[in-house]
Amino acid sequence: MIEVKNVDKSFDGNHVLKDVSAVFETGITNMIIGQSGSGKTVLMKSIIGLHRIDNGEIKYDGRNMPDMRMQEIRILRREVGMLFQGSALFDSLSVLENVMYPLEMFSPTSKEEMNERARFCLKRVNLEEKAFGLAPSEISGGMQKRVAIARAIALQPKYLFCDEPNSGLDPKTSLIIDQLIHEITHEFEITTIINSHDMNSVMEIGENIIFIENGEKAWQGNNKDIFHVDNKALNDFVFASELYKKVKSTNQ
Amino acid sequence: MNLFREIGKYFLLMKRVFVSPDRTKMFFRQFPKELEKLGLQSLPIVAIISVFIGFIMTMQTKLNTSNPLLPVYTTGLVTRDTLLLEFSSTILCLILAGKVGSNIASEIGTMRITEQIDALEIMGVNSANYLILPKIIAFVTMMPFLVIFSMALGIGGGYFVGVLTNILTTGDYLIGIQYAFIPYYVIYSLIKSMIFAFIISSVAAYYGYYSYGGALDVGKSSTNAVVNGSILILFFNILITKLMLN
Repeated sequence: MIEVKNVDKSFDGNHVLKDVSAVFETGITNMIIGQSGSGKTVLMKSIIGLHRIDNGEIKYDGRNMPDMRMQEIRILRREVGMLFQGSALFDSLSVLENVMYPLEMFSPTSKEEMNERARFCLKRVNLEEKAFGLAPSEISGGMQKRVAIARAIALQPKYLFCDEPNSGLDPKTSLIIDQLIHEITHEFEITTIINSHDMNSVMEIGENIIFIENGEKAWQGNNKDIFHVDNKALNDFVFASELYKKVKSTNQ
Repeated sequence: MNLFREIGKYFLLMKRVFVSPDRTKMFFRQFPKELEKLGLQSLPIVAIISVFIGFIMTMQTKLNTSNPLLPVYTTGLVTRDTLLLEFSSTILCLILAGKVGSNIASEIGTMRITEQIDALEIMGVNSANYLILPKIIAFVTMMPFLVIFSMALGIGGGYFVGVLTNILTTGDYLIGIQYAFIPYYVIYSLIKSMIFAFIISSVAAYYGYYSYGGALDVGKSSTNAVVNGSILILFFNILITKLMLN
């Protein structure tokens, strides 16, 4: 579980996060949503520790990250997996080597066991064996996302962060990636936090949704509650299209 | 103020670079790759430039020292000392600042803008140490070999063009390159080149590591790495020469 308490963050006097508090539960898909510039990416980067917060607490199962020294943060990060918007696979390594990389860095196991674990992770994300030896540039965007998920789960993380996991993917592949993240979260009991704009994802896998508006938490609930919310900003954001307006009226 | 901030950031980055690697095994896996990429792949350009500079150095010296009062070995001596003292260390490093410096800055810069460095940090890897240390150590290690290679080819090139064009005899040239030879010049040149290698690789890594934005910004980082690396080489050339030859 990750607890965020009264977090503030400013950049050159611009107050981006204002007293944000939220709880991200283990074993469910937590989502941070909000308009561009609302502060959701800053919130996620602050939780991971890529931004130092001005005030507040960010507790990883009781361990307060802002109190930690860099070396302690580095050790904590070995419990974290992250799926980046652009996958961030290492160009110089093959698909299999990308997944083996965190194992080689931090796992005390033998080369054979690492290889076995990497293959298991790649198979778990439904990647065909013939792609294992290819370079990241030789596979599709959807496959790159799967490899990135496999790499993120290679060290059996307690916490999984996904930044815009569906960015640049077609709707069908997006759905597959969403379901994969959802399954993995439940299967391995991970605290997953997804930063997303994609309303399909929100409706599909949003078990705990935090809506950020102008740097403040404006609403928290799940993908069922969202149909019955009075918050105008949230309704304007989620039900912006005619299709979603119809979906909302059907659900109400 | 901005200059002091940049210098401070550079030293803070170096502090992160020069620590014991997270996994020594991974360092020794990267190290030979960097030796090959930064050192061995520089051999063709070093060879071509050194041979041609040797050619031209001998021809120019011979053409401009036609006074019969000057000893016959002048051409060989001038070619040797120019190559040993300046060309094979300073000028060669200025050329390599372009080749190797832009290579390092663009590689690390691209990793930065494609979030690969963030991915390393999130994994708990000291990205500065993992990416930069093997490059600096490899390039500093390879530089003396490149310098000796350049000296040998430059002097050989001078001999080749001198004898081939009949402007001097083998004997004159061989006497010249041996006359009043000071072995310390070679040591001075090697030490100087290793310092320059450190400057080239660390400055380029600094600009690459702090790249942001897109492809255009990586290009700018690469240019900054080459320009500032070259200026620093020229500045340190004066400093080292003053310290080691005075």
